[in-house]
Amino acid sequence: MNYHILRHDELDGFIKKLSKKMKVAAPVPLGAGNFAFQEVSGASGIALQYTPTVLPPKKYFMPQREKMLDFDLSGAQPSDKAVLDAPELAVFGVHTCDIAGIQCLNMVFSERPRDYNYLLRKDKVFLIGLECTVYCDDKASCALVNSHLPSGGYDLFLTDLGGRFIVHVNTQKAEELVEEFGLAKAEAADMSALEKVREAKRAVFRNEIGVDARKLPEMFAKGAKSKVWEEVGKRCVSCGNCTTVCPTCYCFDMADTINLDMKTGSRTRTWDSCQFETFAAVAGGENFREERADRQRHRYSRKFKFPLDKFYRFFCTGCGRCTRTCMAEISLKETLKTLAKETV
Amino acid sequence: MTEEIKNSNWKLRKGKIIAAKQMTAAEKWFDIKLEDGSLDHEPGQFVQVELYGVGEAPISICSSPTKRGSFELTVRSAGRLTAAMHKLGEGDYVGIRGPFGRPFPVKVMAGNDLLFVAGGLGIAPLRSLINYVMDNRKEFGKVDILLGCRTPADMLFGSEIGTWQKRLDVNFLCTVDRGAPDWRGNVGLITTLIPGVTLQPERTFAVVVGPPVMYKFVIAELLKKSVPERQIVLSLERHMKCGMGKCGHCQIDHPKNYYCCKDGPTFTYDEVKESKKL
Repeated sequence: MNYHILRHDELDGFIKKLSKKMKVAAPVPLGAGNFAFQEVSGASGIALQYTPTVLPPKKYFMPQREKMLDFDLSGAQPSDKAVLDAPELAVFGVHTCDIAGIQCLNMVFSERPRDYNYLLRKDKVFLIGLECTVYCDDKASCALVNSHLPSGGYDLFLTDLGGRFIVHVNTQKAEELVEEFGLAKAEAADMSALEKVREAKRAVFRNEIGVDARKLPEMFAKGAKSKVWEEVGKRCVSCGNCTTVCPTCYCFDMADTINLDMKTGSRTRTWDSCQFETFAAVAGGENFREERADRQRHRYSRKFKFPLDKFYRFFCTGCGRCTRTCMAEISLKETLKTLAKETV
Repeated sequence: MTEEIKNSNWKLRKGKIIAAKQMTAAEKWFDIKLEDGSLDHEPGQFVQVELYGVGEAPISICSSPTKRGSFELTVRSAGRLTAAMHKLGEGDYVGIRGPFGRPFPVKVMAGNDLLFVAGGLGIAPLRSLINYVMDNRKEFGKVDILLGCRTPADMLFGSEIGTWQKRLDVNFLCTVDRGAPDWRGNVGLITTLIPGVTLQPERTFAVVVGPPVMYKFVIAELLKKSVPERQIVLSLERHMKCGMGKCGHCQIDHPKNYYCCKDGPTFTYDEVKESKKL
């Protein structure tokens, strides 16, 4: 077990030193209770207590707009070149729910056929986690899916012990950094303090739905025709906010853009949403998920049912973003509770 | 830049259009040769066709792998990309990714009787299999081909169909929804042809490709003839944007979470009968 100590008064120096090596992103307040991961050069602007950022850190792994290809049509035949712009980056202060989200994306994009644009970009990101000791708000459901505790997926992981962070060193890269920065080794007293924090969390974080998570896939199988989908479908406005802010939603579209010279251009991957009306439409007019109720059921199934078969894990990390952002106040927790009432 | 990125599944292969022909008012045929080798596809697979600056769309391959050197596509002008593709002709270049998708189960079907049912543009993907069967005719039992289209003017691959009609080892029947003054064949929906076909259901594979609305009625007729559900093979249409089971667009509303691009586009009826739409 490799644990070190970072005193609160050392944090600013830590971030400053780190930002000399690579770009550093961290949660900063945007006002009105919103936060975002943005580039920082010191600890002063960083929010150490924050409700999940508007966009999850997936934006650093799978950018909203990602150029995949440059092409040139000026020659006798078209030519193209694959491109990848992936700078080294450290992301500081990532909650366990968002680390779980990145672990989900890692599985998706490393499944064959592999997506090297994602995988090579991922290798450039240095992840520094930060433990939640209390709920961010009542929208979160991390205990349901057990993502309120760390389970790998980071380089360094910080837990506040009051006056100091205990730092779990999880990778060789992190080990070298900790050595270079001269972080003190954690003592037995720090370890037992960490134990106490985790113990206290057990009392705070309780299954928010009141249904054993292992029953969720069965709930969805039984509830495929549940009224809850119609009800949610009636309120949904198909804006796609829930999927945009989701740390595990990865559906995308590919688009070509041509420059004003009409000779050069590029192919870009952009985020897409299964909630958009035309998402499953084909040329000629057929639409395979025309109804909002079907699209909502599809979204939930992609969190609690389908990925269980394929990746043996939930693709909901309980971050609560979809509920927070929904204009129609569709609540993930309420939807699950209603479905549980009907099916369990 | 690493080799992985250069040679990833997003890499476009250059395809030169070596022949093109307007087949009907809405459909155009293209013969495409890859600059860097052969496509090496199987019947029922599809490619992603990239028109630089316009975008990409999935198109079924309509030629059999037994035809070497180049492959063929039949494209209906139905959307933005396909409309732009209709403007292309001999000598133009397109980007090609693929082949993608699970092919028709030719190995499983070998030794059995085949009943092909094609509606409209469904003949395009089915032709990759029909011509494969013609070129390996002795591997299969009795072969029936049923073809339906809206009017005689909408019929695709007219001259080739003529050769199928003449062959003694193939039973070919065709019908149109609406006739024309010089039309002497059947008039009526494709379902009207099925009752007249004699078949041994336990040793027959029915391969059905057509618009979504056709499946329900054709499958009902086939089940009446006692063709087993797992011997009814379909090719489903969805908008596959990546071809790699990732982008999410082609996922089928089915408890099994199928991606049409990877798990399909060919499915047996028993695999997909729980889908909301075929």
